[in-house]
Amino acid sequence: MGNKKIGGFGIEIKKLYKIFGPNGADCVKLVEQGVTKTELNAKHGHVLGLRDINISMPAGGIQVIMGLSGSGKSTLIRHINRLIDPTSGEVVIGDEDVVKMDAVQLREFRRHQTAMVFQKFALLPHRTVLENTLYGLEIQGAPRNRQVDRAMRWIERVGLKGFESKYPNQLSGGMQQRVGLARALANDAPILLMDEAFSALDPLIRVDMQTVLLALQKEIKKTIVFITHDLDEALRLGDRIAILRDGEVVQQGTGQDIVMNPADDYIANFVREVNRSRVINVETVATALNASARELKISVPAGAKLEEAARAMTLAGENEIAVVDAAGQAIGVLTLPQAVDAMVNSQVACSTPNAKKVA
Amino acid sequence: MDWLFSFPHMDDASLRDLKKAIDEGFRGFTRAYGDGLEAIFEPLQHFLIWSERFMTQTPWPIILLLIAAVAWFASRNWKIVAGTVVTLLLIGYFDMWDDTMKTVSMIFVCTVLSIVVGIPIGIAMSRSDRVQNIVNPVLDVMQTMPSFVYLIPVVMLLGIGKVPGLIAVVIYAIPPMIRLTNLGIRLVDKDVLEAADAFGSSNWQKLKNVQMPLALPTIMAGTNQTIMMALAMVVIASMIGVQGLGQPVLKAISNQYFTLGIFNGLAIVGIAIIFDRVSQAFGARLQKHREVVHG
Ligand SMILES: Nc1ncnc2c1ncn2[C@@H]1O[C@H](COP(=O)(O)OP(=O)(O)O)[C@@H](O)[C@H]1O
Ligand SMILES: [Mg+2]
Repeated sequence: MGNKKIGGFGIEIKKLYKIFGPNGADCVKLVEQGVTKTELNAKHGHVLGLRDINISMPAGGIQVIMGLSGSGKSTLIRHINRLIDPTSGEVVIGDEDVVKMDAVQLREFRRHQTAMVFQKFALLPHRTVLENTLYGLEIQGAPRNRQVDRAMRWIERVGLKGFESKYPNQLSGGMQQRVGLARALANDAPILLMDEAFSALDPLIRVDMQTVLLALQKEIKKTIVFITHDLDEALRLGDRIAILRDGEVVQQGTGQDIVMNPADDYIANFVREVNRSRVINVETVATALNASARELKISVPAGAKLEEAARAMTLAGENEIAVVDAAGQAIGVLTLPQAVDAMVNSQVACSTPNAKKVA
Repeated sequence: MDWLFSFPHMDDASLRDLKKAIDEGFRGFTRAYGDGLEAIFEPLQHFLIWSERFMTQTPWPIILLLIAAVAWFASRNWKIVAGTVVTLLLIGYFDMWDDTMKTVSMIFVCTVLSIVVGIPIGIAMSRSDRVQNIVNPVLDVMQTMPSFVYLIPVVMLLGIGKVPGLIAVVIYAIPPMIRLTNLGIRLVDKDVLEAADAFGSSNWQKLKNVQMPLALPTIMAGTNQTIMMALAMVVIASMIGVQGLGQPVLKAISNQYFTLGIFNGLAIVGIAIIFDRVSQAFGARLQKHREVVHG
């Protein structure tokens, strides 16, 4: 029991299959041989939930799983705390395979290693904000005063101080999801699972909540698995993104990888409307240093986005900006035309006829 | 063509033998186990006697205050409390206080027994479709079988008196308790249950923290129906020795005392309305925060 070092756990999903139906296990072979989701459903009466998922989620980072409705996102995230049993495959966390745990181990694992935030909040309607927040600790059997202390701290952290004796139906959606977040964080588990946690919220509130989450993550450094169907949200939050379609991973990588090199038309369609200046890193576009670089008046750190560099150049009335590493050493130079070109030219790597047609 | 107009039935002699055999068998069972069964129900007898003594031997103003207080705490509604007090005062004024208290005591014990027995059965039903498929038809029989019919074996086993009366009333009144407990638990929001699972709740923690609290308003509706059905049995139960408002009604039927019947009948209606309003208001108060609201 207890928390091994927080953020110390990555999640390795290996060869995970999920087939819904009475004889799911027998269908794995068929699916491995290439039977499609439609065929499986029509000919064998089984629903293909997930096909051969392999994702390595970094410890202490935010892994986003993105996909349209019905692509299997919820099914996938529920395998991490085994709310759904896989048909075959492994989910390795630390050095344990969640799939092999017995009922008691699984309960302990859920109590101490994972916490979850739900799309529809799933708060206990008969309990106050405080009693909802301390639910996980209560289940763990923590002493009451510690439950209350810890819950109050998180209620304050998510900005709900003063609301602790309200009931969920007295709060707005955004506030309810703050309770959902506080409830999950109060558990102090190294892994945080968020299934479309912000999708039910109004756009402005959603951006608010993203900001809250990013600010918190700076300090808690948990391994977060975040599900969304919204690419902007995925790009803003995700250290890594995996895109799911019909139960298959069609591409994974950093947000920049996906925007710059979409694996196929499906993803190209997805990323076309994206604000590229907020996704692409300066060092991706910058050119190598030449002799004149020493005269550059302004600089941005590597890892900054194009938007930031462009703004700095416009403000300073400069045409060039140095890209510097963590030590402040210049490693490249970015010109305004380069930056603008990368921002507006979405066809760098995906000049497919299909993408143009749809536009 | 005779068989067309008169249903071809078992021949009379065999039928008579069959009935006789069953009767004999049951009588044998009664002789063998009747006393044992009575011993089992002994605590119930004590509970009944204690409760009746409390209701009839405590000075009436105290009982009146007590009932008013219960009505207040359950409903938090002055109108309901006022209605309760006025009804009880009228009942007392028309000299039906003692009989009414006996009936209230009987209903109270019957309700407690129905809750204690009914809720665990309802929980078991909600956890397993098999149990549900077995229990449901039994409940159907209990509710549709004319109550006079099952009075016979109850009386044969336990004789005439309070306990057999109570059991007959409970058999008749317990089905809604069981059904609505089952229903209430089955209707609990799947998302909330999943959240409880995700935090590592054990089955018992889920039942205690999520299912029972969220099913409570439905269970309360079951309690309300159980009380109403128990009241409906008061007159029939009085035929096998249950004291209270039923006995004067029974006397009124056999002697054609119109006014006696009406007065006692109205008293039953009066306490039925009190029970109903108070328990419904209580149910509504439970409901207040329990519905799930999204966004
Ligand atoms: N219990 C189930 N039985 C059968 N099919 C299911 C079940 N749960 C999910 N599915 C199917 O699996 C697919 C993925 O569902 P889901 O993971 O909920 O998608 P998402 O969360 O991406 O919208 C859908 O086609 C859905 O119909
Ligand atoms: Mg989903």
